[in-house]
This record gives sequence, C-alpha cells and structure tokens, in this order.
Amino acid sequence: MPDKTARNPLRDQRDRRLVRVAAPSALVLFGVTGDLAKKKLLPAMYDLANRGLLPPSFALVGFGRRDWSHDQFRDVVRESVESYARTPFQEDVWRQFASGIRFVRGEFDDDQAYEALKSTLKELDVHYGTRGNHAFYLSIPPKAFETVCHKLADHGLAHHEKASGWRRVVIEKPFGHDLESAAELNAIVERVFPADSVFRIDHYLGKETVQNILALRFANQMFEPLWNARYVDHVQITMAEDIGIGSRAGYYDGVGAARDVIQNHLLQLLALTAMEEPLSFDAHHMRAEKAKVLAAVVVPGDRAAYSALGQYDGGLQGGQHVKAFHQEQDIPADSRTETYAALRVDINNRRWAGVPFYLRAGKRLGRRVTEVAVQFKRSPNLLFGDNGHEDLGQNVIVIRIQPDEGVTIRLGSKVPGTQSEIRDVTMDFGYGHSFTESSPEAYERLILDVLLGEPPLFPNHEEVELSWRILDPFEECWAAQEIMPEPYAPGSWGPAGADELLARDGRVWRRP
Amino acid sequence: MIVSMENTTTSAIDKKLSQLRDQHGVVTLGRVLTLVILAQAGHSEAALEAANFASHEHPCRIIMHVAHSPAESTRLDAQLRMGGDAGASEVIVLHGYGELSEPSETLFSALLLPDAPIVAWWPHLVPGATPTTESIAGIAHRRITDSARHEDAFETLSDLSARYVPGDTDLAWTRVTNWRIQLAAVLDQAEPSPVREVVVEGSGRSPSVILLGTWLATRLGAQVSFLNFPGPRRLTRVTLVRDDGEIVLERPGRAVAMLRQPGQPDQQIAMPVRDLNACVAEELRRLDPDEVYGEVLTSGLREVRVARIVDTAGELTPGAAAFLASHGGGRQDASPEPSVASAGEVDA
Repeated sequence: MPDKTARNPLRDQRDRRLVRVAAPSALVLFGVTGDLAKKKLLPAMYDLANRGLLPPSFALVGFGRRDWSHDQFRDVVRESVESYARTPFQEDVWRQFASGIRFVRGEFDDDQAYEALKSTLKELDVHYGTRGNHAFYLSIPPKAFETVCHKLADHGLAHHEKASGWRRVVIEKPFGHDLESAAELNAIVERVFPADSVFRIDHYLGKETVQNILALRFANQMFEPLWNARYVDHVQITMAEDIGIGSRAGYYDGVGAARDVIQNHLLQLLALTAMEEPLSFDAHHMRAEKAKVLAAVVVPGDRAAYSALGQYDGGLQGGQHVKAFHQEQDIPADSRTETYAALRVDINNRRWAGVPFYLRAGKRLGRRVTEVAVQFKRSPNLLFGDNGHEDLGQNVIVIRIQPDEGVTIRLGSKVPGTQSEIRDVTMDFGYGHSFTESSPEAYERLILDVLLGEPPLFPNHEEVELSWRILDPFEECWAAQEIMPEPYAPGSWGPAGADELLARDGRVWRRP
Repeated sequence: MIVSMENTTTSAIDKKLSQLRDQHGVVTLGRVLTLVILAQAGHSEAALEAANFASHEHPCRIIMHVAHSPAESTRLDAQLRMGGDAGASEVIVLHGYGELSEPSETLFSALLLPDAPIVAWWPHLVPGATPTTESIAGIAHRRITDSARHEDAFETLSDLSARYVPGDTDLAWTRVTNWRIQLAAVLDQAEPSPVREVVVEGSGRSPSVILLGTWLATRLGAQVSFLNFPGPRRLTRVTLVRDDGEIVLERPGRAVAMLRQPGQPDQQIAMPVRDLNACVAEELRRLDPDEVYGEVLTSGLREVRVARIVDTAGELTPGAAAFLASHGGGRQDASPEPSVASAGEVDA
C-alpha cells in the first residue's frame, strides 16, 4: 500500500488534515457477548463511524453461540452503542453502520458455522464491497485460540496464497501465562497468520498519555539530559485499582496481579520510560528500542527479598464494607493468587546501571491511579542543609497516566519569611479535565490501526517473550518457596512486605 | 462561575482574574493558546459554545469581543466565566460600545497569555482590510475566517486569495476535510489512471465547493466544472471522470455518503456533516500555516482549468462571472456529462 499512496497525487506530506482511512474491510468479532465487546469495542466502532473515520463499506460480523438473527444482533449492538458510545447517537449514521452488521451462530469448533461465516464474508465481499479484507478479532479466552485459528485455516478463512485482500488477527492479553505458554500460543497463531498480521492489543498503549511519555522525553530538551543514572535515584511505576476482582474470579484465580498487569502494562511503561530515542515512530524502530531495553533488564538474585505479594482483606474501605479476597465468589480458601505484587528490577545498560525500577500493582488499594514517578537524587543542599528535613530537595517527575492525566514536578521552594527554610512544592500540568472525553478512546485508535495495518502501538512477539523472561523468575521463586501472600487492609497501599522491599534499599514508596 | 464587570478596563479585568484565582482557587489548566473571537452582537453564543467545545481538546484562554453599536457612548463591559461555566478554559467576554465596538490590538494586549500562540477567529464574516483588523491579524499566529457567511463565494475567495498570508485559514476548507480524506483513500485503492475532469456539485454560495474542486483539479491535473444548485449551503457530489469510468462520491443527506466506482458494488460511508464545534477543534489542532490551503487559495484558484460553471439559480454571481472570465472557461460545454444533463440545469 505505501507505494500506491506515493503515487496518489492527492497525498501531500504537508497536508496533515488528510488522515488515512483504511481500505474497505470486514471485522469478525469472536466473543460478542463479553464485557469488553459490549463496553468498549462495539461503541468504539460506532464512534469511529460517527467521526467519519471508518472505511467505506465497513462490515461487522459477530460470531457467537447465541441463537440470534442478524437483526437481534443489531439490537444488541445498538443497545451497547447507546449506553457506552462517547459521541452522540445519530439515527442515520447508525442505519449505515447497522447495514453492514451480520451475525453467524455457532460453537468455536463447529465446522458448519465456519462455512456459514465464509459465505457471509463472501456475500459481504460481493454485495457490500469489503473486497476480501478481513480482520478477526479474538475477544475470547486463550484456550479457545487454537480451535478458532485452526478452524479459520481449515476453512480457508485465514491467510493463503489465493486470498484476495488482507487477513489480520487481533488477540487480547493475556498472551500466555509464562514464557513457554506464550511461545506456544504464538506458534498456534503464527502457523495460521503471518507475524506481521498478528495484532496483540494492549489497550494501555493506545492511551494518549502513554504515547505522551515519548513526547515528554523526546520533544523536550530539558528532561533528556537528566534522564539517566547520574541524576535519577530510582523509578516507581504504580498501577493501583480501588476495586476488588468482582466477577472475574474465574479468570483471576491462578493468574494474579503480576501476570495480569505487571507483565504487560507495567513492563511496557517501563520500556517507554527507559528506552533510547527511536529513529522514528515506525513499528520496527519503536520495537527495536523497546526490545533492547527489555532485554537489558536484570532480575535480582534474591527474588524473594526483592518482591512482595499481598491479598486484600475484608473490612471497611472508604465508607463501605468490602469482602476479603478469600470471601469472593469462586475463590478457593487456599488460593495463593496474589492481588498485590511489587518487585524490583534493574536495567543493566549505561544509562540506567544502578537505578532500581520498582513496579507495583494491586487491587483494593487507596485509590485508582496509574503513574510513573522518576525520583531524582537528593541535592547536596550545602546552603539549605541545616533545616533538619532529610526528605527535602528530592525532585520528582510524575507522569500521571490515569486518571487526571498530566505531569507533576516536585521542587524545593523557600518558605516565606524565613532565612533558609525550604519546603517541597508541586508544579502541575494537567491535560485538561475533559481531555479524555473529546479525544479518541484507546480502542478507537487501536481498531483504526488494525484496519490500516499500522503496528507501532502493538507489542510484537519478541516484546511479549522478553517480558515473560523478566517475570518468570519471580513467579518460579514464588511457586518454589510456596510464598503465601500477606494480607493487607482494603484501601491501604499494600502489605507490610512491600514497604520492607523498599526499606531494604533505604527508600520509601511515594503515596500516589 | 460568572462575574460581570461594567464600564471597566482590561487592566481591571486582568487584576480580577488573578484575584479570582487566589480567592476561589479556580484552576486554570495547562493552557496552550489564546483564542481571540471577534463576534457581532446577537450571534456570539454559538461561537462561544464551539470555542468551549474545542477547549476540551485544546485548553485555552478565550477572549471574545462582541461589537455593539458604534453610535453609543464609548464603554467596555466584561463578563468573566471560569470553572464549570467555561468548559476547560477561561472565558473573557468583552462588550465594546462606541469607539470600542471596533476591536483593536491594544484592547486585548493586557489579556493575552504570555508566550502562548494567538488564534484570531472571525465567526461571522471575512473581515474587511481595515487597519484595526490588520493589527489583530498581525499579532495572531493563525487567522480563522468563515467565507461561507458571504453571499458571493467566488468574490469572497478571491478577496481572501489577494490578502493571503501564511497562517490564514478558512472554515470552508475545514468543512471539506472528510471529503478529502475519503477521496484520497479511494485513489489509494484505485488503479492509477489519469483523471480527465473533476465535477463538483453543490450550493453555488458554498465556498467549500470551490475549494474542493480547485484542490482536486490542480492536484490531479484535470479541468473542473462547478455545478451549482440552490438549496442548503452544502456540497452534494464529487465526480472524478477517468478513462475507466467515473468515481462518484455523493452525500445526499447529512450523514451517509455513497461511493460508486467502476467494477465495484456501491459503498456506503458514514460521513456526517461536521458541526462548528468539530471544525473549530480541528482548526486548533495545528498552529503552523496550512500550506496546502494556501496553495489552493492562491495559485490553485489562479491556475485551475475551468470547464464550466453551471448555475441552476439562473444568473451567475458577479464573482463567478469574473472568475469564469479570467479563466476563459466556456459557459456551455459542447458535450455535457449525462449526470449533468439529468440535473436539468438552467445554463448560466
């Protein structure tokens, strides 16, 4: 496609209003009844239509077990669009969008259903103009991947020589539960789809604020010179949720906080915070730098000492009684699954040698927050050293990912009326309280990129494997030593062990 | 919070702003620009609403000057809106009477944000080339006009073209962005083949029709025909005539466009008419000059090869007639396209 674009006389590099629209295509959604489809994917597609960014003749094919007709499925989509879309509902946009909606009923291993899917796609190609471009969005449990991928291949729906148009497959995390299973899963998918047609969705990477980490670092002159071991003391990356596991027991038990978010979101944040400047935003340049820094990560020798696990207890949180993890429905009494995990890693390269990166993630913590805090070394304070406050003069740059997107810088300032008293103040930059309302949602951006075939925001297999290589030693250590997660009070900032982890290095967690 | 101040000065307003920030802790977010709106009395709220909407994407300070009657005695009233009443921005509305009904740079200078770029927006007209407009235009990094507010689109565009300075932009151009996106996408996919003629159809009073036609024709090296119908000021159809057939993109209603091309089933595209809010938000996204618009407006309008201008309303506007004369375009084409003939136009 790039060569065609180059020949198109309407294209002009200077014309930055001309965003690219994908080729006509059909998106086949497996797992239409899931929460993600209902709350995020379907509304995001409608929002794209409303913004005029969907390709012509965009068709959506639902594949599922329910006994639905096309119209019943349309009603389901409409309901979720009406309750969750961010742009106003417009009847005629909806009508156009709905005209491309189809539903195919079947089990994941039902050959007839795939034949029906095949003829539905054929019909769309011929009569609706989707031109043989098909994306398969697998919003389903990973254990079903193999069946679905094989069936798609068996029925000639996946990539093959005679196929006209492109075939892409989108998969959601978790990408395996350790290195081995990730490699296995990848082998299954890549047997059927070529590597560059596999899109692994980590919706975090679609967030404006995550992309903004690169802008902050590389579009400015004043931060990058400080962004290294000479000035930085350590980095804390936090992803806290104030809710419990809710109805996700089936998924969560046996997975835990580390596999659920540290392996993907937090290590991606680490990569973006620590990577070198990529040559460009092209996928291969971005991935090369991210892979380099992830490969340079070393895990501590005494992993039990440099990690902490917790499980939330029951009790009062913010004015209401909440259940303990073990009281949640379907959680076995002896479950060792952690709802809080903290660990330390180091990056063994010239820029970061000696700077620990502390990662923590948990549920039922003080509040919902995701942030990257770069803590600078203490200033020598020759002038202001005699005021007895040891914690002064340690600058911090906090990149707030969500909510309240923005950047905070902590710096020392004189206390009025005194000779040399210093106190820390914050300088705050917010993207605006409504920033997230009017800018496209992460899933909109990601769906658009799948249809365009632009992969920079999707982690590739190498990144996934490198991340497992970092987490696996911890998981193995926890399993081998049969470490029982420590209980922590709901609404607190995690178990005592997490504080000890930093105390060992003479540091403390910041309160986000 | 809304605070009204009567018979005031801009330095008093500036003082009041800092005071409000201190007393009420009204937070001003990281503001990226100052938007100066030059409005007319009685029509200002729609513009302000659009600016507020845009400020959600681009936090800014909005200064709106509302021109009241020059006959009244000279006086400045102000209204400050902050917090929830101002979207993601702070809004300063200046009501100018008498001599102050004409906005000037000196009136605003105390209120402009330090360092931040300035965008001037005339929501109701293309301003005349008076010294005061020049002075405001001179301090602004971008100047947004709306040529669609005028009766004679050709004349207004030729006026804008003569005065074009990099950094100028017009909402008539913003309104065709989605058309341009889809047409460019069509040509990304289509087999390469020269385009012989571009036919744009829509309201004769819509400058968007002219800008889009000129852009397409000059880019594609084709001649252009403008077919004008009375009715809502809107673009309805674009046809690219190629050797292998016609590519037609048409939007009969307000939301759904139809794409027809040879050898393909008809395709529907969701392409809702964009409201003022979305257009202003797009305009504020980039603050460097839009060079492509500049080219279309200046060399494009000058050099485009015009096949026909057809006006179903009867008489060509003086601007259109002058444009046609200067481009040596024929008033009647020897072999009209079938689609044209079926339109049943009264030839100009």
